[in-house]
Amino acid sequence: MARVIVVTSGKGGVGKTTTSASISTGLALRGYKTAVIDFDVGLRNLDLIMGCERRVVYDLINVVNGEANLHQALIKDKHCENLFILPASQTRDKDALTEEGVEKVLKELEHMGFDYVICDSPAGIERGAVMALTFADEAIVVSNPEVSSVRDSDRILGILQSKSRRAMEGREPVKEHLLVTRYAPKRVEDGEMLSYKDVQELLRVPLIGVIPESDDVLQASNQGTPAIHLKDSDVATAYQDVIARFLEEERPLRFVNYEKPGLLKRIFGGK
Amino acid sequence: MSLLSYFFGSKQKTASVAKERLSLIIAHERGTNRAPDFLPELQRELIAVISKYVNVGPDDIKVQLEKQDNCEILEVNITLPEQPQR
Repeated sequence: MARVIVVTSGKGGVGKTTTSASISTGLALRGYKTAVIDFDVGLRNLDLIMGCERRVVYDLINVVNGEANLHQALIKDKHCENLFILPASQTRDKDALTEEGVEKVLKELEHMGFDYVICDSPAGIERGAVMALTFADEAIVVSNPEVSSVRDSDRILGILQSKSRRAMEGREPVKEHLLVTRYAPKRVEDGEMLSYKDVQELLRVPLIGVIPESDDVLQASNQGTPAIHLKDSDVATAYQDVIARFLEEERPLRFVNYEKPGLLKRIFGGK
Repeated sequence: MSLLSYFFGSKQKTASVAKERLSLIIAHERGTNRAPDFLPELQRELIAVISKYVNVGPDDIKVQLEKQDNCEILEVNITLPEQPQR
């Protein structure tokens, strides 16, 4: 059975695509055959983050409309053996996504032997976002420790609990995970930023990880390399921990406490 | 001023303000957004039935679903007119 995981948030710019890219890469690196689908029809970006933008020929809408088959549309990732990307259409609008179409694509991926399908949701609560979560078995809700992001995450949780197939059919509910991103421990310690505990308490969803705010994310997207590949980066380590917890391995939280820079670090500067 | 506040760290702790605001608004929105779809329909039907016997208007009946921990409470509030008319 292919497990369908939606990466969603409601609010834009919180790190959904960064997370989709790193989660799908992380699962593929663990040996699972993984597909990552960009549901942001009209504003595709996953291809850029994954570094495959020049290899896009067909997209999700082409497959939904039967203009191309999945084998033609799936792009093999350049770093990982088991990872495939299905880009969004850049020219069509989001009404081209139908529930039947998405279901057909997911079923076919299952037939092709995929273990995991990651659905990268667009921002908002409209068609694209609803389509991305409709067939989800699990959801990673990405939230920044910031008021509008937390509120929007709560909205999207409400939609998951009412509009997903699992909810509609009264099956076991979608398994929800909270991922707090762009976390700045120093600002939390100074009382300027909500702590991950605050966010979790407000949203009441089990925490799967905390990704620290870092310049590395921009470095990664500049190069079209998912952040999880970066060497000696806290962000990469934090995403690897998320994968481990997702696979039900115990991992203590890291990068959530502020460590005062030592004297040497202060003199010579460091990150 | 800014130098003083720099030394004495009188910076306002805004995170707690954020948490308090969020807990209020989220609790409020959960109540309104997650109400089941049948509530408006139920309200309409209740009005239809009750107004057969008592002279009540659409605004006299309030139907609310509240959640307390694991328990859901369906609250129906009917305001009867002062002199019931048969």
